[in-house]
Amino acid sequence: MKSNLLDVEHVSKVFSGRGLFSRRVKHAVQDVSFSLDADRPEVFTIIGESGSGKSTLAGMILNTLRPTNGHIRFAGRDLAYIRSRKDRLAFMSRVQAIFQNPFEAFNPLKPVDRYLFMAAEVFAGCRTKEARETRVDDALHKVGLSLAEVGGRYPHEMSGGQLQRIAIARALVSNPALIVADEPVSMIDASLRMTVINLFRMLRDELGVSIIYITHDLATAYYISDRLIIMQGGKVVEAGDARQILAAPQHPYSLRLREAVLSVDGAWRGSRLDVDALESSS
Amino acid sequence: MNTLKILRDLFHYNKEFAAGLLIVLVVLAIAACSFFSPYPPLDVYVVPPDMPPSWEYPFGTTSRGQDVFWQLTFAVRNTLLFGIVVAVISRVISLCVGLVSGYRGGWIDRLLMSINDTFVVIPLFPILVLFYFIMRDQMTWAMLAIIVSLLGWAYDARLIRSIAMSLRTREFTRQAVFSGMGTGRIVWQEHLPFVLPIVFSTTLNNINWSIGIEVTLSVLGFTDINTPTIGGMIYWANQHTALVSGVWWWVTFPIAIVVLLFIGLFLLAISMNEYIDPRSRLSRLGGPS
Amino acid sequence: MTFQPATASGNVEAAYSTPVLSVDALKAYYRLKLFGIEREVRAVDDLTFEIGRNEIYGLAGESSSGKSTLIRTIARAIRPPLAVEAGSVRFNFSDGTRDMYRLSPQELAGIRWKRLSYIMQGSMSVLNPVRRIKHSFIDFAMPHVPEKGAAFFDRIGRHLEKLHLDRSVLNAFPHELSGGMRQRVTIALATVCGPEFIIADEPTTALDVIVQKGVLAMLREIQRELGSSVLFVTHDMAVHANLTDRLGIMYAGRLVEEGWTRDLFRRPLHPYTRHLISSLPQIGDDTPKKGLEGSPPNLAAPPSGCRFHPRCPLAVDICRRQAPPMVTVTPGRRVACHVVTADPGLSAPAMEEARP
Repeated sequence: MKSNLLDVEHVSKVFSGRGLFSRRVKHAVQDVSFSLDADRPEVFTIIGESGSGKSTLAGMILNTLRPTNGHIRFAGRDLAYIRSRKDRLAFMSRVQAIFQNPFEAFNPLKPVDRYLFMAAEVFAGCRTKEARETRVDDALHKVGLSLAEVGGRYPHEMSGGQLQRIAIARALVSNPALIVADEPVSMIDASLRMTVINLFRMLRDELGVSIIYITHDLATAYYISDRLIIMQGGKVVEAGDARQILAAPQHPYSLRLREAVLSVDGAWRGSRLDVDALESSS
Repeated sequence: MNTLKILRDLFHYNKEFAAGLLIVLVVLAIAACSFFSPYPPLDVYVVPPDMPPSWEYPFGTTSRGQDVFWQLTFAVRNTLLFGIVVAVISRVISLCVGLVSGYRGGWIDRLLMSINDTFVVIPLFPILVLFYFIMRDQMTWAMLAIIVSLLGWAYDARLIRSIAMSLRTREFTRQAVFSGMGTGRIVWQEHLPFVLPIVFSTTLNNINWSIGIEVTLSVLGFTDINTPTIGGMIYWANQHTALVSGVWWWVTFPIAIVVLLFIGLFLLAISMNEYIDPRSRLSRLGGPS
Repeated sequence: MTFQPATASGNVEAAYSTPVLSVDALKAYYRLKLFGIEREVRAVDDLTFEIGRNEIYGLAGESSSGKSTLIRTIARAIRPPLAVEAGSVRFNFSDGTRDMYRLSPQELAGIRWKRLSYIMQGSMSVLNPVRRIKHSFIDFAMPHVPEKGAAFFDRIGRHLEKLHLDRSVLNAFPHELSGGMRQRVTIALATVCGPEFIIADEPTTALDVIVQKGVLAMLREIQRELGSSVLFVTHDMAVHANLTDRLGIMYAGRLVEEGWTRDLFRRPLHPYTRHLISSLPQIGDDTPKKGLEGSPPNLAAPPSGCRFHPRCPLAVDICRRQAPPMVTVTPGRRVACHVVTADPGLSAPAMEEARP
């Protein structure tokens, strides 16, 4: 039996604060489980607001944090056994990450193609300059850019959308099986957002890459997710098919979340902003 | 970035830089003159002593029968050399310590910072005097330079460390990690450019500081007084009670030169710092400020 | 003025009164001169619009639209290298008209918080993290209201209740409150003196979805009660759709379209507006969406003629050569687009065909 791409099994993460008199304990993630199929690439979305534990969970999947309890297995192998640098690099070449702030994701003093070349050298074993350039150009083409356009340019010369696409290209250089994207479009202009979101779809359909998409924006989640989970306070409150859940949420929190989403339609159907929503929140 | 163009730009548009550069160039020129000196530096009574400044002896002569001007050229050269050597060695140490400590954190950080803080609190002067008394004749300039540089890195290492710590949490560091870069590469290629402005301005300050120490030690006679340095000149002037006997030029000119050097380096430091600082570099490129 | 259609909120009064804010041909540029490099960034380039009494006017724009510069210019919170090159900003408060750039510093201080107030994006930029909330109120509000001492705190308390905040909040430190509560405190601060004009700069952008809805509702309640006018700036079109009465769309330092919100969403005219609205993903909407091609404009070297032309599907020759004037195509609706003003009957299907 072939192992799953990713198995998250009853994972928890507890942060203990170190005070002199108190030991404040924070249950950032509590007993989260899900699996991604190796044969069927999908966009798996984790929805949560701030404090829901979604970023902590992402950190554990990316092996930058160790779970306090539970196991995370990638292609059958438990992440806890990744110790040597060689193992870590091997893991990183298969599981890549994209972060929230495209402007901060690049060193302002260096050209943007830097990380692309670095990844080509380290993950794809490209030794010669030509090999690296081919590989990088390849990856850039997949996201709709090219080395000619991007080479030698500095981060401040480019828009948020372009920078995020370059970051995605960088993640693609190593031909990963899984990409974890933590709020990848929240800091990009609305008019450029859909280009990046559509790109995720393309990655799944044409390149066979699975995406874990972490966001608080239900609208984009509806647009590209296959399955999703909703997190609140570290726990999963609802899980299943994306369309089904968003069309008809069951859990009270999911319902509140769904209702709080401002729709454009509602505007001219006369629905009003009301104050009741506030009573039940902070 | 084209360094020559940068320097030219700075020279044209920044008065402090232009002034500082000119002053430092003048001092360097004086030091360079030492290679053309007609008199060997350690010889005495080669010219009539106690002559006031004149056309023949532009800075006058000392009570030991040396031409003040030519003595000064050697003095400036040796003092400068000392300052630069100390600055370079201590920069290297503080960079290594600060960057590694800031990026790695954990026990490495704690260990290095304990060592660092020990060096910070060591009282400078008494230690130097102690070394002199212990080593006396073996206290060459090279030894002194090494000792002073070992005492001069601690302060700046902490500064560099704090910058390294803030860089560690920035997003592009994460991206660098995910691009497969190791600690060494990240620290050297990604973080160093951010740290350089601080390093540069502290270098110039460090030169001032070490020259100050050298002058003080020499004036008090705690160094190898046979190699002519600015401090050494003042020491000899004091030995011969120059000010009292009216030979003011023996004391004034060395002091004037060293003050000029301080000012020049200071002006350079503040003007270059503004230029190299990453943020101002960015806004100049037209990006978000 | 002729009759204006009712908006989502049913606000009709705004149609009939004199404007509270008149911005006329305003130009505000950054002039940078460093090491021989001169750069002129035309952040606000010839803007003219009005905001009426008791109305919420939304300003939509993305990064590099110039909207942040615009609100700072309106509030006269600018410093060199940013300066007003031309035009005027005039407020018609109940006690007279004021030209913002002709006021003395004392007069300016007099209208701040009392007539004109500002809600900023980060609550932490207003609230002092090391002092209790009540001190912020004392610092900002006490100089402007007649009540002192216990009467003052009574007034504050009652005001906080309107925002569904308990009086105990006054004794807390900012970090002890949640993001949503802090933002409500900021709104309370900005509204306690009963200003006639409130500038809100992305006040809910950093908040969670659920909290955002509540805060926006609160904002609208306060606005209705005080009868103030609000200039609400955000890039979030869904927020505009639910909150504002009228809406102005900014692109590259210029206003490209303006109209009644409901009308604008039903029938956007300018190609940029149409893109902004059609590309919004919505739950339940399965149509494919696209991003806009090209890059945001560089305000230091903007495109010639119409600034949107490099990314516009309808661009024709004149768009490259001449900047389109702002034309009133129907009462209450203005557009700056050569193609649209030449044929205002342009409907959505026709626009698809016009794509080259």
